[in-house]
Amino acid sequence: MEQNRRQLLIAIGLGGTALLIPGGARAEKKYDVGASDTEIKIGNTGPYSGPASSYSTIWKCEAAFFRMINAQGGINGRKINFLSYDDAYSPPKTVEQVRKLVESDEVLFLFNTAGTPTNTAIHKYMNAKKVPHLLLATGATKWGDPEHFPWTIGFQPNYQSEGQIYASYILEKHPGGKIGVLYQNDDYGKDYVKGLKDGLGAKAKSMIVMEAPYETTDPTVDSQMVNLKSSGADIFYNVTISKFAAQVIRKAAEIGWKPVHILNNVATSVGITLKPAGLENSKGILSTFWYKDPTDPTWKDDAGYKQWLAFMDKDYPEGDKTDNINAYAYCAAQTLVQVLKQCGDDLTRANLMKQVANLHDLELPMLLPGIKVNTSPTNFYPIKQMQMARFDGERWVLFGPVITGEVSG
Amino acid sequence: MELLLQQVLAGLANGAIYALMALAVVMIYQAIDHLNFAQGEMATFSTFIAWQVIAWGQPYWLAFAIAVTVSFLGGIVIDRILFRPIHNAPILGQLVAFIALFSILNSVDGEIWNFTIKTFPTPFGREPLFGLRLISTHEAGMIGVTAVILGLLYLFFRGSRLGLAMRAAAANPDSARLVGIRVGWMIALGWGMSAAIGAVGGMLIAPVVFLEPNMMLGVLLYGFTGAVLGGLSSPGGAVAGGFAVGVIENLAGTFIPYFGRDLKLTIALVLITAVLLVRPSGVFGRTVVSRV
Amino acid sequence: MTMPSREATEPLGTARRAAAISRPGARYLSIGAAIAVALVLPSVATNFVIFQLTLVMVYGLAILGLNLLTGFNGQFSLGHSAFYGIGAYTTAILMDKIDLAYYWTLPCSGAVCFLVGVVFGLPALRLQGLYLALASFALAAALPQILKFQPLEPLTGGVQGIVLIKPDAPAGLPLNPDQWLYYFTLAVLLVMLAGAANLVNSRTGRALMAIRDHPIAAAAMGINTALYKTLTFGLSALYTGIAGTLGAIAVQFVAPDSFTFFLSISFLVGLVIGGVASIPGCLVGGLFVLYVPNLAERVSTGLAGAIYGCIMLLVIFVMPSGAAGLVRFARTFATARPAR
Repeated sequence: MEQNRRQLLIAIGLGGTALLIPGGARAEKKYDVGASDTEIKIGNTGPYSGPASSYSTIWKCEAAFFRMINAQGGINGRKINFLSYDDAYSPPKTVEQVRKLVESDEVLFLFNTAGTPTNTAIHKYMNAKKVPHLLLATGATKWGDPEHFPWTIGFQPNYQSEGQIYASYILEKHPGGKIGVLYQNDDYGKDYVKGLKDGLGAKAKSMIVMEAPYETTDPTVDSQMVNLKSSGADIFYNVTISKFAAQVIRKAAEIGWKPVHILNNVATSVGITLKPAGLENSKGILSTFWYKDPTDPTWKDDAGYKQWLAFMDKDYPEGDKTDNINAYAYCAAQTLVQVLKQCGDDLTRANLMKQVANLHDLELPMLLPGIKVNTSPTNFYPIKQMQMARFDGERWVLFGPVITGEVSG
Repeated sequence: MELLLQQVLAGLANGAIYALMALAVVMIYQAIDHLNFAQGEMATFSTFIAWQVIAWGQPYWLAFAIAVTVSFLGGIVIDRILFRPIHNAPILGQLVAFIALFSILNSVDGEIWNFTIKTFPTPFGREPLFGLRLISTHEAGMIGVTAVILGLLYLFFRGSRLGLAMRAAAANPDSARLVGIRVGWMIALGWGMSAAIGAVGGMLIAPVVFLEPNMMLGVLLYGFTGAVLGGLSSPGGAVAGGFAVGVIENLAGTFIPYFGRDLKLTIALVLITAVLLVRPSGVFGRTVVSRV
Repeated sequence: MTMPSREATEPLGTARRAAAISRPGARYLSIGAAIAVALVLPSVATNFVIFQLTLVMVYGLAILGLNLLTGFNGQFSLGHSAFYGIGAYTTAILMDKIDLAYYWTLPCSGAVCFLVGVVFGLPALRLQGLYLALASFALAAALPQILKFQPLEPLTGGVQGIVLIKPDAPAGLPLNPDQWLYYFTLAVLLVMLAGAANLVNSRTGRALMAIRDHPIAAAAMGINTALYKTLTFGLSALYTGIAGTLGAIAVQFVAPDSFTFFLSISFLVGLVIGGVASIPGCLVGGLFVLYVPNLAERVSTGLAGAIYGCIMLLVIFVMPSGAAGLVRFARTFATARPAR
């Protein structure tokens, strides 16, 4: 409270001075806790330890990006203070860390917090406290609900839309096929499966011949693969993450199973997943993309890719340039920077939400051509478009049109 | 029928992984009467060392030898520095020391080598065994190596003086001291051997599950289960237990209707607990008779 | 230099003996002081710290449950995350599906966990030491999978979990939900602590400890080991289950992957750090388990686990019997008579 009042006084003082500057008519500065003339405090939680720790590069990359922005003078003269804590993907820990960020560290907002159960745990809290809960690092569908949760907004195309895109593809190209599903037994896996089933509609029951779950504590998924093959499925819907995806792709080749292989977008990294699995084994796999894969030679001379590469070389050299998740992090961080720029000197939480719902055809260097970020007060799904791609043994080849995923919510 | 055979073989292949871990666990248990929670992490660390040596351009066998040697010495060092000072502490305290070791190694692995998965080569190749698509040569190799190690251990313990001394030190430390056996060093030797076996296990497991800091998490769970199922006093039992766990889990997941698919792990654990109730010291374990 | 004569030391000895007689008084005084501090804290601490302290109490209670079983009765359990989770889910389901008031869920989840504990304790009679540890570990490892089981989803919420609403203070009290929950948890904790202390100091408690130290002798003396061991399992589960209830209300969310066997390991660490077979030690354990990982993370995000492990090792080296052991040692040291 004290800090707020003091800042308000400074703001009024400065605002008065600013009125004397030409063009400074709307330069009255407004701050909520966590923002000041010199700094914007941002909070984040993610798994730096435990089974999901392979994603930790996302926030390390974002931290590097913000350092770069700070080196360039910050946003409207303010430096970003990015506080990122480990929650080990455990919801109670997330609650504790988020409360710490909001109540103890007094951040302005949360950015790109990770995981579905972890974000579910803080969903109500963030909205009750009226703290912006921005650009979540999860594709669960429920984050785009401005009516009930006006302070939460997702970022990436949600898993259900992606599943529906695959469903449409299957119905079009393989209408008589039999589908076998392998999925991780948690929210992420089940969300994808729901998307597929919704997209298949009435045909879901007849087309899906086997659904095999696995736990992240399973050392291998060989048993499930053997079962899937013997179920007679000729379409394989693969909802696994990197380590398991690699195992699965390799095992499929080993047991001589060659279905139409659809891989979820999360596990498409050439360097991290396909190479260990065997590039030959990965031939023909289908997936969707909405950002550029750094290993794709198509983008070699692309200005956006070069920008990303320069960033990686200079500011995040320990990051893996073949891991496309670092492109994801780049896009997320840039979107946030755009929102902050749009806020100008009005760094209140209300204005943040207003600006994040005010993105029109925002193009980012690493987004695929034709895909843009769009939000509105009724549309809290910033990115809805994807394009399908097929792996040809060396790289992902995009095909077909840019599709907009429909969301059933 | 073919499905049954495939699942059994897949179970045996997985089981070989669990068996190797179970063997390392039992080795330590025999020496110090404790379960080493950090066994998996020690194996992972050893495998990372091997990976690093290979990444520096050295041949596989050199990396293998280095990793095994370093692990052996490392095991002895951990015993001497970490556990000797607290061997009089309450059992639970020592257990927490193991947990601490687990935490340290896991964290250090992640910091040095990061969390992305890495491929690890196999000396056995990955071709289908005998051209049949039932198991691969690597998986057959794993089973073979487990059997060989078991055989060597048997010969060591039954047929050599040092092995006898180790058994004596574990069975009755006080009497062993009285006949001149350096019990402290026997325990250290047990640690070293266990670490070395763990390293071999890690290097055989990594080609299948890919190398990353959390590689052994699930394996350790099943390894303990196998060790306890087979009986903590019997290395052969532990190996059998490991194989059994692999097969049971696969068959449960495949053939039990309705529950099997979603509750694979639960069913396997329930079955094993049930076995324990019938044979409270494990299938092959010796029941310890305590004197009043 | 002459040695002090006997007569010179005797009066001091008498004074010391007199002080020893009033030791129970000192104990009550320290308990009273601790409670007074606990009561006053919420008025000076921020909501976040109150929330953290509530969690400390929750974990302390869970560790107390484990202590009853392992510390006082010698039965080794790695499965207490399961009882904690069952307690949490019982509360969540009751509050969510039938709108039961949160305070009524306490006895319900206590009863459910007691039953589960007894049911588990019965076959556990046949298992010793590490075999029992594994069986309990199996329970802990299986629980998340059971909670995610599809047919149970309408009840458990599946992988999405269940969101709870934090209760407001009863009408009239000028407390916010965080403060109210703190006091509620404190009240429950004190009752349970008193109950445990009472149990441990009674005949039953001595029977439990006899079973721990010398099961055969205890049986030979006529103690019904089977009955006591099973009931202790149930009671231990009850304590940890109630902790789970309070934890669920504090965090306002339950999900299957919040209750993995890593939680069991945390409880074990807390138990040892606080001091096995020490009732006040449980709270020290709770403090350790909540605050030390945060401390470690502040030093280095990447090596947080390593630092946490090193701190654990340090504690084991310096005080192998935990905090309670240290207190006992200090007390013995302070009252030690100089050797003649």
